[in-house]
Amino acid sequence: MEQPGQNTSAGVDPSFDQLNRDWYIDKAVQVLVFLGGISAVVFIIGIFVFISKEGFGFLVGDFNFKEFFFSPNWRPTSENKETFGILALMAGTASVTGLAMLIAIPFSLGAAIFIAEFASGKTREYLKITVELLAAIPSVVWGFIGLAIMNPIIIETFNVPVGLNVLNAGVILGLMAAPIMTSIAEDALKAVPDRYREAAEAMGATRWQVIYKVVLPAAKNGLLGAVLLGVGRGFGETMAVLMATGHSINIPTSVFDSVRALTATIAAELGETAAGSSHYQALFTIGIFLFIITFIINLAADLIVRGVRKG
Amino acid sequence: MFESTQLNRKNRTRQRLFKIGLGSMTGILILPVVLIMGMLIYKGAPVISFEFLFTSPTNGMTAGGIFPALLGTVLLVVVALLASVPLGVAAAIYLSEYAPDNWITRAINLAIINLAGVPSIVHALFGVGAFVIFFRFGTSILAASLTLAIMTLPVVIVATRESLQAVPMAFREACWNMGATRWQTIRSVVLPNAITGILTGVILEVSRTAGETAPIMFTGAAFFLPLLPQGVFDQTMALSLHLFVVSTQVPGMPEALPFGVALVLISMVLLMNSLSIALRMYLRGKKKW
Amino acid sequence: MVKLSVKDLSISYGSDCVLQDVNFDIQEHEIFGIIGPANAGKTSFLKAVNRMDMFNPAMKVGGDITFNNVAVNKIRNVYGLRRRIGVVFPLPVGLPLSVYDNVALAPRLGGQKNKAELDVIVERCLTRAALWDEVKDRLDSLGSLLSGGQQQRLTIARALSQDPEMLMLDEFSIAVDPVTTMRIEDVLKELRNEVTIILVTNLVQQARRLADRTAFFLEGRCVEVGVTEDLFTGEVEDQRTRDYVEGRFG
Repeated sequence: MEQPGQNTSAGVDPSFDQLNRDWYIDKAVQVLVFLGGISAVVFIIGIFVFISKEGFGFLVGDFNFKEFFFSPNWRPTSENKETFGILALMAGTASVTGLAMLIAIPFSLGAAIFIAEFASGKTREYLKITVELLAAIPSVVWGFIGLAIMNPIIIETFNVPVGLNVLNAGVILGLMAAPIMTSIAEDALKAVPDRYREAAEAMGATRWQVIYKVVLPAAKNGLLGAVLLGVGRGFGETMAVLMATGHSINIPTSVFDSVRALTATIAAELGETAAGSSHYQALFTIGIFLFIITFIINLAADLIVRGVRKG
Repeated sequence: MFESTQLNRKNRTRQRLFKIGLGSMTGILILPVVLIMGMLIYKGAPVISFEFLFTSPTNGMTAGGIFPALLGTVLLVVVALLASVPLGVAAAIYLSEYAPDNWITRAINLAIINLAGVPSIVHALFGVGAFVIFFRFGTSILAASLTLAIMTLPVVIVATRESLQAVPMAFREACWNMGATRWQTIRSVVLPNAITGILTGVILEVSRTAGETAPIMFTGAAFFLPLLPQGVFDQTMALSLHLFVVSTQVPGMPEALPFGVALVLISMVLLMNSLSIALRMYLRGKKKW
Repeated sequence: MVKLSVKDLSISYGSDCVLQDVNFDIQEHEIFGIIGPANAGKTSFLKAVNRMDMFNPAMKVGGDITFNNVAVNKIRNVYGLRRRIGVVFPLPVGLPLSVYDNVALAPRLGGQKNKAELDVIVERCLTRAALWDEVKDRLDSLGSLLSGGQQQRLTIARALSQDPEMLMLDEFSIAVDPVTTMRIEDVLKELRNEVTIILVTNLVQQARRLADRTAFFLEGRCVEVGVTEDLFTGEVEDQRTRDYVEGRFG
C-alpha cells in the first residue's frame, strides 16, 4: 500500500511521481491494441497489393483494354491466339446477380416489413433466429443444392435439357442473399423512431399508410444499403455460382442458358494454370477487377447507410 | 357515421390482406429452405453412421467415410482462430476503448467492412500471392488458415466491439477516478463483462470458417490425400472442399454420398450458429446491472 | 499546511468558459465546502483537480492547481495522483463485481495480494462507510445490484480503500435517503482527522453542518471564500453570497 506523500517545507516527497510498472504496461497495451486496429487496414491494402503483384505481368503485357472488357471470347488456352475477353463472364455475373436481386429484393423487403412492423414478441424472435440461421448456410452447400436438387427440378418442370443455368444460379443466389438483406432492412426499419409512426397514426393513417408514407421513406437509406450489400454479395459469390451455372462461356439470351461468372472462372481455372503464365496473371487481373467493384459497392453502401449521399 | 364504419371495415380488411401478403412473402423466403433441408436429411441421413464420420474414404472416394476431411476442417479452424481471435479482440479493444474520432478510425472501420465484403475467391488469390508464394509457406494448413483468419477477422472484431461497448461508461469512469490505468480498468471490469459476447463472436467465426471453400482451395486444401497431415506445412482435406469435389468431379459417385457430406457440413454450421444464438439469449437474461 | 492550492484557475469546454479567476487554498484536514447553483463550475473544478480532464479533449484548464506542492498538470504518473484522491459522484456506481471485489479492487491494483490483509481492508472500509452490517453476510453479491443508498456507501467504501489523502464528494446525497445522508455525514466528520475533504453540495445546510470553510461559486466565478459560519451569519464580503445562502435564489 502506498504511503501518503510527506510534505516538507523543502519541497516534494520524491516518491510522489514515480513511473511504475503499471504505467509502462498501460502504455504498451495502448501500442498493441493500436497495431491490432490498423491490422485491418494493413490487410486490405495487402490484399490489393498481392493480387496486383501477381496480375501485374498481364496488365503491362498482353492486356488490351478493349479486348478485355468488350470481347466475349475468353480463350486463355487457345493454341492459335489467346484471347482474354471477359464480356461473356461479366454477362454471366450480371445475369445471375440480376435475376437473384429480382427475386430477393421484393421478398426481403416484404419479409423485413412483416418482421419489423407486424410480427411481435415470440413470433418476431423466432423469425429473426430463422433468418439468421438461413444466412449462415455455407455457399458450397447452396451450390450443391443447385446441382443436386434444383437441377432435376428445372429439367423436369421446364422441359429443358440442362438445369445448370442462369435460372438455377439466380434462384439459389436469391435465396442466399435474401436473409442478409432481410436482416439489414429490418434493422433499418426498426431504427425509424416510434414517434414517427405514432404521429402518423394520430392523424388517422392506417397501418399500411403509416408504413408506406412514413416508415419506408424514413428508412430508405438503410434499405438502399441493404440492396447494395445484396448486390455486392451476388457479385462476389463464388462456389454456389460455380456449381450451379454450368460451364458455358457465352452471353445468355434466356434464363435457361448456361453461363460462367467472373468468380467461378477464377475458381475453375486457377488450379490448371502455371504460376506466372499469362493465363494465371489474367485470372489475377479479374481478381483485381472484382476487388475494385466490390470495394466501390461496399463503400457506397456504407456511406448511404450512414446517411451521407454519395455522388 | 355510416360511411366511416364502411371505410373502417374496408381499411381493416385491407390491412389484414397486407399482413397476410407480407407474411406469405416471409414464408416463401423460408419455406423452400425448409423443404431443401428436409430433402438433405431424407437423402443424406441413410449415409450417416459412426463409420462415416470416423473412417477414411475408400474406393477412389466413392465409399467409406469422411474422417480426414472432418479432421482437416477442425485443424483449419483451430489455427485460424489462434491467429484471428487475439488480433480481433485487440482491434476491438482499440476501437471501443481508445480510438478517437479521426480519419484513422474511419479508415479502420472501412477496412473492416471491406474485408468482410471482398469475394471469397479474391481472398483465395490473396492467400496464394501472399502466403503460398511470397512468404513461401507453400500450399499448407498454415497458408489456408491464415487466409481464412483474415477473411473472418471482421466477425470477431464486430462481436467483441459490440460487447465492449455494451458496458456502461460509468463503470470505466469510476475506475479511472480511483487511479486505475486504462488497461487495469479494461481487464478488471470491462473485459470480464464482455467475455460472453466475445465467445458469441468466436463461435460465429468457427461456423463461417468451417463452411468456406474458395479460400482454401488453392492455399492448402486438397482432395486426394493418402495421409493425414503431420504439421502445419502439410496439406489437408477439408469438409467443404470434399463436398465440392464429390458432387462435381468424381465419376461413379453414388447419389447419396454427397448428400451425406452436405448434411454433415450444414449440421455443423447450424449447430454452431444455434449455440451462438443460445449464448446471446442467455446473456440477455443474466443482467448484471 | 496547504493541501491544495488553486491559482488563477480557468476551465473552458471549447469556446464555452465555465470557470475563471478561481483562487483559494485548502488546508490539510479541513472540510472545505463548495456551494453554488447548478452549472456554476463546481464539478468541472473537481475534474481538473484529479486530471480527469485528460479524458475530454474539449476541456481546457488554465492556471495552476498544486496538490502537496506539486503542480497537477506536471505530474507524469496521473494514476498515482488519482490514487491519493478519492471521489464520490452524485449517482451511485456499484461496479459489476462482488461487494468484496469492489472494495478490494484499489488495493489489489496497488499490489496487495495477501488475502488476510485484504479481508481487513475490506471490513474496515465498509465499516467506515456505514455499510458493513448490511453486507457482511453477502460479500459475494453483485455490487451493481445493491440499492441506491447502499451503492453510494459502497462508492465511499471504494474511495476509502484507496487510503486517500484527500476525499472529494460531489453532491453525494442526491440519490440517497436522508437517513443514509446523516450516517455518511457522521462518517465524514470522523474522517477529517485523517483526510482532507472537499464537499461540493447544493444543500447549504449540509455545508453549514460539515464544512470548516466554504467557497461560493456563481456563474463560473468563485465569488467568495470564508469561514462557513461567517457566511451564514451574514458576515459576507459579497451580497450575492448572502442572498444565495438565505435562499433568495438557488
